[in-house]
Amino acid sequence: MKLLVSIALIALLSFAASLYFPWWCIAVVALIVITLIPQPPLHAFLAGFISIFILWSVMAFWISINNEHILARRISLIILKMEAPLLLVLLTGFIGALIAGLAALAGSFLRKPVTHKSSDYHVH
Amino acid sequence: MRIVFFLVTLFITVVLIIILNSRWLVPAPLGKLFSPQHGVWQNAEPADTDLNETLRFANMRGKTEVYFDDRLVPHVFAENDTDAFFVQGYLHAKFRLWQMEFQTHAAGGRLSEILGDKSGTTDILNIADRYFRRLGMTYAAENSLRLIEKDPVTKSVCDAYTAGVNAYIKTLTKSSMPLEYKLLGYEPEGWSNFKSALFLKYMSFDLAGYETDFEYTNARNALTKAVFIKMYPLVQDSADPIVPRGTLFAKPAVTPVVPRDADSLYFRYKLAENVLPVEPRKPDRANGSNNWAVSGTRTKSGYPILCNDPHLGLNLPSLWYEIQLHTPNFNVYGASFPCAPGVGIGFNDSCAFGFTNAGRDVRDYYSIQFRDDTKKQYLFQGEWKNTEFRVERFRIKDKPDFIDSVAYTVFGPVIFDDQYMGKSKDGNSYAVRWKAHDPSNEIMLFYKLNRAKNYGDYEDGIKSLHTPGQNVVFASKSGDIALWAQGQFPAKWRRQGDFVMPGTDSSYMWQGIIPQSENPHMINPARGFVSSANQFPADFTYPYYLGTSFPPYRGMIINKRLSAMENITPQDMMELQTDNYNVFASLIVPVLRKAVNENELSGDHKRFWNIMTSWNFRSDARETGATVFSVLFDSLEAVIWNDELAPVKNYTMPHESVLLEGLLRDSAYQFLDDVNTAKIETLGDNILAALQKAVPALKNAETDNRLEWARFKDTRINHLTRLPALSREHVNTGGGVHSINATKSVHGASWRMVVHLAPETEAYGVYPGGQNGNPGSKYYDNFVDTWAAGKYYSLFVMKGRDGLNKKIKFKLTFDRDNL
Repeated sequence: MKLLVSIALIALLSFAASLYFPWWCIAVVALIVITLIPQPPLHAFLAGFISIFILWSVMAFWISINNEHILARRISLIILKMEAPLLLVLLTGFIGALIAGLAALAGSFLRKPVTHKSSDYHVH
Repeated sequence: MRIVFFLVTLFITVVLIIILNSRWLVPAPLGKLFSPQHGVWQNAEPADTDLNETLRFANMRGKTEVYFDDRLVPHVFAENDTDAFFVQGYLHAKFRLWQMEFQTHAAGGRLSEILGDKSGTTDILNIADRYFRRLGMTYAAENSLRLIEKDPVTKSVCDAYTAGVNAYIKTLTKSSMPLEYKLLGYEPEGWSNFKSALFLKYMSFDLAGYETDFEYTNARNALTKAVFIKMYPLVQDSADPIVPRGTLFAKPAVTPVVPRDADSLYFRYKLAENVLPVEPRKPDRANGSNNWAVSGTRTKSGYPILCNDPHLGLNLPSLWYEIQLHTPNFNVYGASFPCAPGVGIGFNDSCAFGFTNAGRDVRDYYSIQFRDDTKKQYLFQGEWKNTEFRVERFRIKDKPDFIDSVAYTVFGPVIFDDQYMGKSKDGNSYAVRWKAHDPSNEIMLFYKLNRAKNYGDYEDGIKSLHTPGQNVVFASKSGDIALWAQGQFPAKWRRQGDFVMPGTDSSYMWQGIIPQSENPHMINPARGFVSSANQFPADFTYPYYLGTSFPPYRGMIINKRLSAMENITPQDMMELQTDNYNVFASLIVPVLRKAVNENELSGDHKRFWNIMTSWNFRSDARETGATVFSVLFDSLEAVIWNDELAPVKNYTMPHESVLLEGLLRDSAYQFLDDVNTAKIETLGDNILAALQKAVPALKNAETDNRLEWARFKDTRINHLTRLPALSREHVNTGGGVHSINATKSVHGASWRMVVHLAPETEAYGVYPGGQNGNPGSKYYDNFVDTWAAGKYYSLFVMKGRDGLNKKIKFKLTFDRDNL
């Protein structure tokens, strides 16, 4: 549940922050979200990674579909040396995902370990 | 322990961000580039982009409506001229900003700022930037800008245009920046009137900058007078001049005097002198064009038709941008230059106008004797005269600035000296005198032509055209046709400036300018047409020296075809404009055939020879004969000339017409003999030797399936950065040098236009590009296939603010900012 909530939150806040801040604000968002919703390192990494992978690749895919892949074809020729718009979409997702995942991982180390499962129950 | 994990992970994240935000370790800042909300994805325009919008600007005086048609051509309806030029500036920037800045950075010698001092194997700093500054491009633009801004009309036009460009630049964010800025990693700066002036100087370089002075001087120094004159003659038997032979010319107002010491100091053949430098960069020799106008006596409708196709380097985004500008004062449609206000080639409600290059020599070099290495003084009129220094600062990407001090003399800047052109330097210094250095106001030319109502307005308008000299064609609905070989041309004595001249006194300087009224021209000639295709403007009874380098063949075939045509329709003109008949080949192949005993040929030699001799002389896309002729003729030229030219370093090949005319005059043409052998070679021997050279190349082409002309010629339309991914490669199209359709590999008809000046204007046009300069737009290169197929678009001239026309897709409104 926490994983899903943080995935949704990172994606949503990253989208909003990117309207005003440079692209790497996704790292700051991922770090803050994981600090607020503490999770074990692996979960944290996955939350950041999956969240931005989905956000970036879905956005890029949507843009590219509407563009009839004109730009993606050209850019993939420059970067990937082949005409592969969809691979460019996946690469886009991966780059953002890697940064957000690592930042989330860092965030997971900032709070006390989540091993005190009891604390979870106290909340209820 | 967790804090250590935290710090380590954070550190890795930050380092990774820095790497993906810069070009430090990877070739591109991948994070910045691929963020869907910041990077290149933002330039992927939705295919159904909606341009409907209302924009408000404090600069606007009234309301302007811009209607975009289905080809994204804007039809600008403004309440006054100033608003029209503001909106034109805005639109140029909206669709072509990166190109505008790149072109003017190139013209101003500033490419190192964005590309670095080297790009691949190209020495950007020395070959591009320093060369342009030392040629005086920015000096020339400053001189012209002063004149442009002194005239209240052109000042207001340029101010409005510049304000429009800057209004668009202000709307840009890091996300909406044009793609190339993101790829190259820099941001746009503000526009200025100076940049428009600089662009016009770039056109002067492109069209009035092809020089052979150093090459001719090298040839003169190495050859005897008799040989030189035959290889680089001043007469052309085949010339069919723009103003026909037999035209009578008035007594010249200026009679230049040959310097008294010319025989000993200038016409000095066969010397053993050092090799002179060559310009590191030249515009394409083939920069030329066709234009013609036929009068109503030759057309089916009884109204004139005007045609123009300027041959220039083909690039994406295109040099041209189609636009209609409509105000209460004028209504013009045509191809405009992103960088300059107004329409360059087009038509209005009364008339049409077009250009071809005049190709006259308006740039000369003078040998300068400095007193010492400081270059503070040089010898002139027997005295030491002070130079002035212009300090040129070059900002270089990722490197410290480079400073170049250029000495200026009475002639102009010292372009080549011990500081520049290191390898080929001969120890001398050379100053350049270029007509483009002088102030001129070509903005006024376009301003006046755009609103010309009749012949008188046209004649008045072209007087603003000084450099580059152009053959300006005109036709009006009232039935007039005219053509002026217009420009400010120095009145030169015979051969003045063909070679580098002594710069120690004033006797070799230009002695005057040919009065404008004496420029060759034709108004409503009896033959019913005027035409130009970069050939000689007049025959040798014209009382001024015209120079040496004029291609005769396109002009010859155009005049021949037009003379034979009656009841001409616009369709006929489009067919003529895209005609691939190679008139030079049709003249020389019969001469070559006569010289060869075809029975002596065998194998591949015979096979390729037969392909050429059975060819129909059409350089159509699928013809193999065109390829064989091209390769064989190149080899033949080398075989015939190389032995004579061996002692000449940095030569220029004699014109094709020299060889053909020599062969026609004399079957034992002296240059057929190889000077290195005892035997006296014949044309047949030369052809066999050329076949030896050509056949392996042709066999290679055949193996690679490149024997068909379009595949061999391989036309491509390069993006200005030459990135293949942003270019259109392997365009399947015919044509070539010596054909009316002069389309070569990276050069050709940059805009084709046919205007029928009937009461209801009927116009056709096409250029190899698209209206939107964004490589992520479907309008980026959507005209290329139409152009390659030799087809045209019917140009939609909008009559009123009628957004209901089916062709209109969007309406962009510009209004006053009332806040």
